Amino acid sequence: MADQDIALVAHLMRRAGFGASRDEIEAKAAHGYDNVVNELLNPAGGLDEDILMRYNPAYYEPGAIEVNTQLWVYRMINSPNQLQEKVALFWHMIFCAGHSKIDSGQEMGIMVNMFREHGMGSFRDLLYRLSTNPGMMYYLDNTESHKANLNENYGRELLELFSLGVGMDEAFNYSEDDVKVCARAFTGWNVAPSYPPFPHGRSPWVFRFDPADHDDSEKTFLGETGPLNGDDIINIICKQPATARFLARHLYNFFVADEPQIPAWRLTPPRDVEAIQILEQAYFDNDYSIKAMLEALFTSEFFKDESVRYQKVKNPAEMVISLLRMVGEHKEIKPGLFELSQEPKYMGQDLMNPPTVEGWHTGREWIDSGTLVERINFAAELLGNTELDGVRGLVDRLMSRGDSLTPEQFVEGCLDMTGPVQVTADTHAQLVAHASQEGNLSHGSDDERATFTRRTGEMFQMIAATAEFQFE
Amino acid sequence: MVSTAKDPVLAVLSLSGGNDGLNTVIPRNNGYYRDFRPTIGVPEDQILPINDDLGFHPTMAPLMKFWEAGQLAVFVGIGYPTPSYSHFRSMDIWHTCEPEIIGTEGWLGRAAKLMDPTSENVLTSVNFGRGLPRALVMEGVPVASVGNLETYGLLTGIDGEAQRNDALDVFGRMYSPAIGSGPVLDYIHSTGTDALKGADILATAPDKYTSNVEYSNTVIGGYMKNIAQTHLANFGTRVLYTTSPYNGFDSHANQAQANAALWTDVSNTVDTFFTDLRDHDASDNVTLLLFSEFGRRVADNGSGTDHGAASVAFAVGEHVKGGVYGMYPSMAPAEQEVGGNLAFNLDFRSVYSTILEDWFNLEAEPIVNGNFERVKFFNT
Repeated sequence: MADQDIALVAHLMRRAGFGASRDEIEAKAAHGYDNVVNELLNPAGGLDEDILMRYNPAYYEPGAIEVNTQLWVYRMINSPNQLQEKVALFWHMIFCAGHSKIDSGQEMGIMVNMFREHGMGSFRDLLYRLSTNPGMMYYLDNTESHKANLNENYGRELLELFSLGVGMDEAFNYSEDDVKVCARAFTGWNVAPSYPPFPHGRSPWVFRFDPADHDDSEKTFLGETGPLNGDDIINIICKQPATARFLARHLYNFFVADEPQIPAWRLTPPRDVEAIQILEQAYFDNDYSIKAMLEALFTSEFFKDESVRYQKVKNPAEMVISLLRMVGEHKEIKPGLFELSQEPKYMGQDLMNPPTVEGWHTGREWIDSGTLVERINFAAELLGNTELDGVRGLVDRLMSRGDSLTPEQFVEGCLDMTGPVQVTADTHAQLVAHASQEGNLSHGSDDERATFTRRTGEMFQMIAATAEFQFE
Repeated sequence: MVSTAKDPVLAVLSLSGGNDGLNTVIPRNNGYYRDFRPTIGVPEDQILPINDDLGFHPTMAPLMKFWEAGQLAVFVGIGYPTPSYSHFRSMDIWHTCEPEIIGTEGWLGRAAKLMDPTSENVLTSVNFGRGLPRALVMEGVPVASVGNLETYGLLTGIDGEAQRNDALDVFGRMYSPAIGSGPVLDYIHSTGTDALKGADILATAPDKYTSNVEYSNTVIGGYMKNIAQTHLANFGTRVLYTTSPYNGFDSHANQAQANAALWTDVSNTVDTFFTDLRDHDASDNVTLLLFSEFGRRVADNGSGTDHGAASVAFAVGEHVKGGVYGMYPSMAPAEQEVGGNLAFNLDFRSVYSTILEDWFNLEAEPIVNGNFERVKFFNT
């Protein structure tokens, strides 16, 4: 199998999923790139939820936020439907609502489940589900927005952060009047009063449309006039070129290469204009289908091109989950999952609790002196632990490359096993210089095998510590 | 402005979970206290009186000597308008001084930026605990966040000192500025260099440290010891921050036992901490602030209390002017906040402003986002 096939499938799995073990990458490369894309786009089967819940009843419709994040982390590590999990994270990072205000782990779990189940469907359907999601309605104060007393929060964020974006090609996408009309159209989209939590515990919140509190007067939104209700607004939004642009840029930013921060999008053109056009076209040609946009993306030349590899700073969830998948840890529910589910938080991404409705600042802003230490140490400790089956497997593979490896071959091999990772010439030279101190590696005797193993673990730690390893 | 021999330092112990102010600084002669706290009220003969009306919880005995020495400021009725009852949100408000909008910069991050505008010292602020509290967050301000000072550093998983030092040498070279590697990689290189520098310096703190005192074997005791170690190592650190175990003070149930254990630990640790600093002749320039994101409901719920509003906070130090600041909020039902809570009368930003102006000699207004009357709790 050609090395470039492996590199390409590894790239696909890093972006369309949370990476994979070396065995899995090679099996998928043998299966063929297009087949792998097809399977990612059309998830079947999935985790055996029934068995999972029978053995771990505490994970069944959990109430506590900590259990909800653990379950999500478990799914990200283990779901065979990797793209589905990645898409759930994608929407969670755009349609931001957080436990800090919602104060119900159950509602956060329900919202993320909705992103998982419907995140690759029609964008119109997704916006409708979002606008009837009780957690979101509460988070953005639509529950406080009344016919007689308007609260514009959801109306504004729906346009600014969830669909059109402030502007594109230097123009503005909507006016302040559109914001008000949008908010008026969503009056009455509310949450039913909940049952008292005793004696049966909390019950999920339920969306309720209250016609008496809905402003059904005639309004004009983005040039269209009528007694517009929320679903009319969603239909109008979905028709806009700005919505296609907004989604295309978000998908490119998340799956292909880091774009500038979102507030700059009105004035800053896309990094790859043609790629954005391809994605916009897929949106309009396929009835606003997110899956069609993803298919266009993963089968495109701009995605496969080597120039976009390692052009994205890994977000903390990607950093943590991809390492666990690489070394094959936490394949079953076991102690330590709670601590693990907190790791992204230590690196600046508290899952299910984004800092604001604008979400996390991505790209280089993931990195500061505190988070970098967390990232490096977490990665180095896992990859350097040659007692883990997955790491042991990588050492064995390296040994099978020859009876004796020169320092150059050794470094090449280690970079290949952990990615393949691309590093600058400077970094490469430092790693080789380090490896050269102890000369060639062989593995004939037990002593030699022990040394080979130790040196590989150390080299993996060095690679985990590189600046390049912060990217994917 | 207080005058200290060395640069003033602020240590912060954040009491996570919402500490019950009413059972910490107790309105011991108030009949409503007995009415509203039938199960978790502290018996009158156990309360440690600090004046005619108020007294400390019995577990706070170690703090009495600070009170008697006039080195303990007690803030009562402290809070902010339109209280949030969410732990996260309310803690964020205390961290960012932004009760209305969601802020992203922390008040101590802003203060650190003013104290060291060019980030000359990568250890101007140090946090103890995993993950950075928002109070210390500020673009361009390096902050070391230390989970365990004894083992803190980069590549701590490498066994063998020689091997690890070797690896750190390679790290230092890999992260040295490279030409033409692109802005993001350059940025990561300089961040990594800062982190390595900070870790190298911090790693020397435990070795330099000897002490006659023993801290309690708890998270609070451990991190307060780390704060003392870092302070005593003279790295020029101005802000030292730690947080009690997450939501430990969230006493919805079994409050009497849980809070007694917590306050025993906090009180002993504060005492040990200042004894330690005094033994090293290093207590003069340290003020310690203790606060929590909110207080608890006035009425108990049978075994604990639910989330409330106004609460208490403390400042301890040799330059602190002991006393009670703020008015104890009325417990009369008609004067409670909606929902049965104590109404605040002392804005926490007033206390912050005093620390910034009188202790750090910084202009408070741009840091706390407004002009708040200072509480004169330093001997200036």
